Amino acid sequence: MSTSACKLKVRNLAKNFTLHTLGGVRVHGFSGINFSLPKGQLLALSGPSGAGKSSILKTIFRSYLASSGSALFCRNDGSEVDLATCSESRILDLRRREIGFVTQFLKILPRVSALDTVARPLVEIGVEEAEAKARAEQMLRRLGIRPELFALSPLTFSGGEQQRVNIARGIIAPKELLLLDEPTASLDAKSSNTVLDMLAELKQQGIAMIAIFHDQNKIDRIADICVPVVREQ
Amino acid sequence: MLLELEAVSKIFGASCGACLDLTGEPGAICPDCGSVVAVNRVNLKVAEGEVLGVVGESGSGKSTLLQLIYQDQPVTAGRIFFNGITNQEGKRQDILTLPATHKARLRNRDMSMIYQNPHRGLNFNFSAGGNIAEKILDTNERSYDTIRSRALHFFTKIEMPPTRLDDYPDAFSGGQQQRIQIAKALSSSPRLLLLDEPTTGLDVSVQARILDLIKALQREMGFAMVVVSHDLGVINHLTDLTLVMKSGCLVEYGLTDQILEDPQHPYTQLLVSSKL
Ligand SMILES: Nc1ncnc2c1ncn2[C@@H]1O[C@H](COP(=O)(O)OP(=O)(O)OP(=O)(O)O)[C@@H](O)[C@H]1O
Ligand SMILES: Nc1ncnc2c1ncn2[C@@H]1O[C@H](COP(=O)(O)OP(=O)(O)O)[C@@H](O)[C@H]1O
Ligand SMILES: [Mg+2]
Ligand SMILES: [Mg+2]
Ligand SMILES: [Zn+2]
Repeated sequence: MSTSACKLKVRNLAKNFTLHTLGGVRVHGFSGINFSLPKGQLLALSGPSGAGKSSILKTIFRSYLASSGSALFCRNDGSEVDLATCSESRILDLRRREIGFVTQFLKILPRVSALDTVARPLVEIGVEEAEAKARAEQMLRRLGIRPELFALSPLTFSGGEQQRVNIARGIIAPKELLLLDEPTASLDAKSSNTVLDMLAELKQQGIAMIAIFHDQNKIDRIADICVPVVREQ
Repeated sequence: MLLELEAVSKIFGASCGACLDLTGEPGAICPDCGSVVAVNRVNLKVAEGEVLGVVGESGSGKSTLLQLIYQDQPVTAGRIFFNGITNQEGKRQDILTLPATHKARLRNRDMSMIYQNPHRGLNFNFSAGGNIAEKILDTNERSYDTIRSRALHFFTKIEMPPTRLDDYPDAFSGGQQQRIQIAKALSSSPRLLLLDEPTTGLDVSVQARILDLIKALQREMGFAMVVVSHDLGVINHLTDLTLVMKSGCLVEYGLTDQILEDPQHPYTQLLVSSKL
């Protein structure tokens, strides 16, 4: 398997919203999005607030339904799946094994400790519980989370601590395609650096990523491809 | 597919024969004869292990839909297929055409229902263990020791102390009664679990623990679920897919996060915007 093999091909992807509760007003999400993302590369989406960056990630993940265009996901067996139109069961299947989303904010699992929150994706793919916890602990330490917080629910954590738990959870059992919405937004310089190092390691493992960053320095440092998203008038 | 519904309908009242066409999304009452079309030509597929939520306003037909699947109510029209149910030629057979004993066996062994009201799901004249044993007996298990140890196994799965197995439902709290319903429902190792408002009316912390329990058991045992709930939080927490009903009609179906974040149908948009 060559590392330049394509993982995702997005063609003329567009999304607008029709808000029936507001008299049928149409809100523009994004349009005319085209790119190809090879394995082991990171594609950055850049652009002003409201340009549609998050909506693009959500449309690829199928939390939003595309209005037109396609997003062809390339499986390892050479087949392609159009994420914009394939069946819901197919999407669920891909989400279990191949496509992951690291949301902008941690979705706190009620009554689950930070350590278990991070270990869970490993347990779900069959890793022994003790080993999963050990790896989760290692990752949280590397991200600078204080050990006394491991056993607590992230409910009371600071924004930056929650974000680090979120990233750890999102990348501990990395899917082949990872979508990351502002992974470094609420982090200080030190944690940001650690996260960028981790993303670079994921690239080495052949993981393809689409990420949103605000800061051009980060894009220059980590991205292989940059797609500017412009706000349409 | 584990379960497939084809144009399944339920009419309450003496139908004029044209009720299905005379009713629809705007209203479920037939203008000609006054019958209520509780479920109007619903098509649906549920795969093995899938978790499906059903939402919609009061009276939209959610509970009726579950009861039709569970054979609690006769279906007026349509076909229902269940994986593995075939005719002599090995072709899939509409379960509605099965002989009564065969239908009962399917219902007892492969499906279970958890009701909002524990009085519908439990026999209050039997102990907790007796209720669980009743469901196991329905699977044709006859050995007392096996039944007793299986009842105990599921009783401990719902985090109840074994010493309480012989207590009667009245002696348990509302949340505990729901747990006993869960133990009873799962004791036959069903492939499909139907839940109608399983936590409505319980206080929030009890509700949360029961949802955690259901979710953990579903992961562990891998059965498919259809969950009816008014609470979009419950739907979000438990389900992968969601179906939206209005006046007996299925108006939208999709991934649960898509239904909640990017609803398409005007009715779904109203439902989501008024509840989030
Ligand atoms: N046994 C029955 N006889 C007559 N009408 C019935 C019967 N059961 C249900 N209905 C009617 O069918 C329609 C759908 O009822 P159903 O109980 O399925 O609604 P629901 O969506 O579960 O509502 P809720 O959210 O209030 O529980 C309602 O108009 C109801 O009055
Ligand atoms: N679920 C939604 N419903 C309606 N409009 C939405 C929804 N999500 C995003 N939008 C609109 O789409 C546009 C793009 O938003 P977004 O993708 O969040 O931008 P960005 O991430 O680039 O800041 C905005 O006008 C926003 O209001
Ligand atoms: Mg955004
Ligand atoms: Mg009901
Ligand atoms: Zn009629």
